[in-house]
Amino acid sequence: MSDISQLLFEQIKTAKAEKTPITIVGNGTKSALGRKVEANNEPLAVAGHSGIVDYKPVELIMTARAGTTLAEIDSELAKNNQVLACDPRRFGGKATIAGSLASNQSGHARPWLGSIRDHVLGIRLINGHGQHLRFGGQVMKNVAGYDVSRLQAGAMGSFGVITEVSFKVLPKSETSISLSVAAEAGDAVSLMNDLAGTAKPITAASWIDNRVYVRLEGANAAATAAVSQWQSQHGFAVLPEDDATTFWESIREHQHVFFAGTEDDKKLWKFSVNAAAKPNLTDADWAFSWCGSQRWLVGEFDLSELTENAKAMGGEVQHYSGGNRQLDVFDPSNAALKQLMINVKKSFDPDNIFNPGRLYSWL
Amino acid sequence: MNTTLNEQTIANQEKLAAEFRQFIDSEYVITDAETQRVYECDGLSAYCELPMLTVLPETVEQVQKIMRICHKYGVPVVARGAGTGLSAGATPHDCGVLLSLAKFNEILQVDPQARLARLQPGVRNLAVSEAVADLDLYYAPDPSSQIACSVGGNVAENAGGVHCLKYGLTVHNIVRVQVVTVEGELLEIGNEGLDGYGMDLLALMHGSEGLLGIVTEITVRLLPKPEKAQVVLAGFDSITNAGDAVAKVIEEGIIPGGLEMMDSFAIVAADDFAKAGYPRDATALLLCELDGTFEEVEQYVDQVAELFKEMGATSVKISQSEEERMLFWKGRKSAFPAVGRISPDYYCMDGTIPRGQLSNVLTEINRLSDEYGLRVANVFHAGDGNLHPLILFDSSVPGEFEKTEEFGGRILEACVLAGGCITGEHGVGLEKIRQMVVQFTDEEIQQFNAIKQAFDPVGTLNPGKGIPTLKRCQEYRAIRSKNEIDAENEADSCHTCH
Repeated sequence: MSDISQLLFEQIKTAKAEKTPITIVGNGTKSALGRKVEANNEPLAVAGHSGIVDYKPVELIMTARAGTTLAEIDSELAKNNQVLACDPRRFGGKATIAGSLASNQSGHARPWLGSIRDHVLGIRLINGHGQHLRFGGQVMKNVAGYDVSRLQAGAMGSFGVITEVSFKVLPKSETSISLSVAAEAGDAVSLMNDLAGTAKPITAASWIDNRVYVRLEGANAAATAAVSQWQSQHGFAVLPEDDATTFWESIREHQHVFFAGTEDDKKLWKFSVNAAAKPNLTDADWAFSWCGSQRWLVGEFDLSELTENAKAMGGEVQHYSGGNRQLDVFDPSNAALKQLMINVKKSFDPDNIFNPGRLYSWL
Repeated sequence: MNTTLNEQTIANQEKLAAEFRQFIDSEYVITDAETQRVYECDGLSAYCELPMLTVLPETVEQVQKIMRICHKYGVPVVARGAGTGLSAGATPHDCGVLLSLAKFNEILQVDPQARLARLQPGVRNLAVSEAVADLDLYYAPDPSSQIACSVGGNVAENAGGVHCLKYGLTVHNIVRVQVVTVEGELLEIGNEGLDGYGMDLLALMHGSEGLLGIVTEITVRLLPKPEKAQVVLAGFDSITNAGDAVAKVIEEGIIPGGLEMMDSFAIVAADDFAKAGYPRDATALLLCELDGTFEEVEQYVDQVAELFKEMGATSVKISQSEEERMLFWKGRKSAFPAVGRISPDYYCMDGTIPRGQLSNVLTEINRLSDEYGLRVANVFHAGDGNLHPLILFDSSVPGEFEKTEEFGGRILEACVLAGGCITGEHGVGLEKIRQMVVQFTDEEIQQFNAIKQAFDPVGTLNPGKGIPTLKRCQEYRAIRSKNEIDAENEADSCHTCH
């Protein structure tokens, strides 16, 4: 746990002066995700820049250095009965806070409690000019200047090296009860959205292996009342508590058998679509989360074909992991949008030294 | 004809008006000063300017054409929604086009199952919730101006409201925007899902105050209406006790739907205005709304009421009906006009602070109030740390507005010093552009300007707002350091007196 920002700063200045591209690395947990870059760039190790800088439970805000692991954050929050509500994939606890933000990882409660992009309040970042900058802050609301903090979500380090992240945390729920019922894909989508259309304290809704899984969390009285109502209305069965915890973790961590091989030879596709969109390609291997708003597909497909498929469902698709990842993992955007993205990248990183090609082949 | 314009501007005005009239009805291409008078300011009327020309398109294609024409001639464009903004973000440019989106006022599609609505930017905030009320859905962000303000304006300012702690700001409730760029290109940012993949420019558009593009369509998320909502209203005999009570609620793991604080001045003004049944002798008042399922609300309402008593509340009331709940809120939501009744003018500030700093910051505000000889009423989004001090003044007294502005600026500086920021939800606009240097370094402002350039290389979108140029930063810093030296000298001379 230390502050190595000066070292990072010097390394970046050298990279800038010599115009040598660098690959930003935390604990390396995202190397199997997104576009694979073959180039032998100089690695910039950020893991050593770690430690919780500030945490005031009553403000519901924590500030941690980039390389702080989620294990450390979880453990500190637990002491105050609080949680990282955006619930990123933990990668065995080794994932770092900055890596989670850069790859926009969010958990099961994303439709109700928000994503890491929603929860980030401020960052410090070293840009391609070698300037150490601070954006956002340690308050819930801040509209001074552009929202550079949220821009980092999913940008895979394209804009610079994040050195510090301030984010919102929430109290741990009093109760957590999980339910399950058998359903086909189409019925599952309807059911999950019907449930999400009620004011019950739902924090997860997934469909996998032809079963719908739902989690209720919050005030004890509220969760129990909803459970009995949904049991009688929809035939849900309650999952034993330990099984439920294991189940939700296995999905979040991609350890469920559905995801087997998807960080090796099998391609895993992720869709962000209209939650209620009618399922298509129904013969293929699908799993849904977030009431059907996030959909996973395993198999050998063509990006442009799936892009059309996603558009028909009101959304987008990305090649998330597995198989050959040297091609672009997102659809090439329309020309004007593409030019704008290049301009935005240049505004932070004019010499293109940070993670070139990691987000898009052309960036 | 706007008679105050110079020759070049008149020539531009005639040229642009003629081109716009090729595809827009003449009556919606306005050039005379009298008709344009209604557009001369937004909700912050201290900043007035007549535009060179006002245009009211009604299709996205027309907006694209307007932008292309303005781009061709390098003419500034200021977009305007309902004009309720409080930071002079929609003040027209005297040599520019004012692009009113007032005719974009339709809700295009409601998707009840996926809980989404696609709408035009001129739709009023409250109209969204009204349109989907029958479906038991609503649109969560609820700025106090929600009866009049437009959703497009909400995106431009990243508007908040009284329910932000639990339900987030505008940025958390929008999944997609359609944007016309300064060159007239049409972009789709986001989708009907929750995440945008690749470089996510959606958040960047929020709070960008019309500096990056013109939003022409928006897809908002709708939430199921809570089964029940109840308000616990508590009076306290000190701000510190009320602040501690807020902390205690959070410590107990309760996230209220809304958590608002008012000081004694605001309590009396609001109660006079709304007859809300507030404890008029209290020094601080807390409004804590619990919402959710019937069971959850029942459990938490009792818990919060008990907790307020333990924390020294001098009075505790729980709303017993929907009418009473609305009445409790009416007082808070009408706090601004209520204060307006007891003073010729008031000036609303918008700093944010860590909740724990409330007592310190209010003490400093009171000290400054004495120093400037101007009264202040405070309303505070206690849940999310957003403070709205209302400075009472009289603009008919020469120099009083300038004094008020300076006082306001010092309040914002106190917020930054306490670890907060200069604006939580009203935006920078023209109003707080000088305070940007308090919150940001020149290098940070340079980065903001570089982002602006990425979207708008020539700088014709809402120029002069939001982000200061580096040259202006230096001027602001020079003025500030001179003021600080003066203040120090003054303090020294006071010490000498003693």
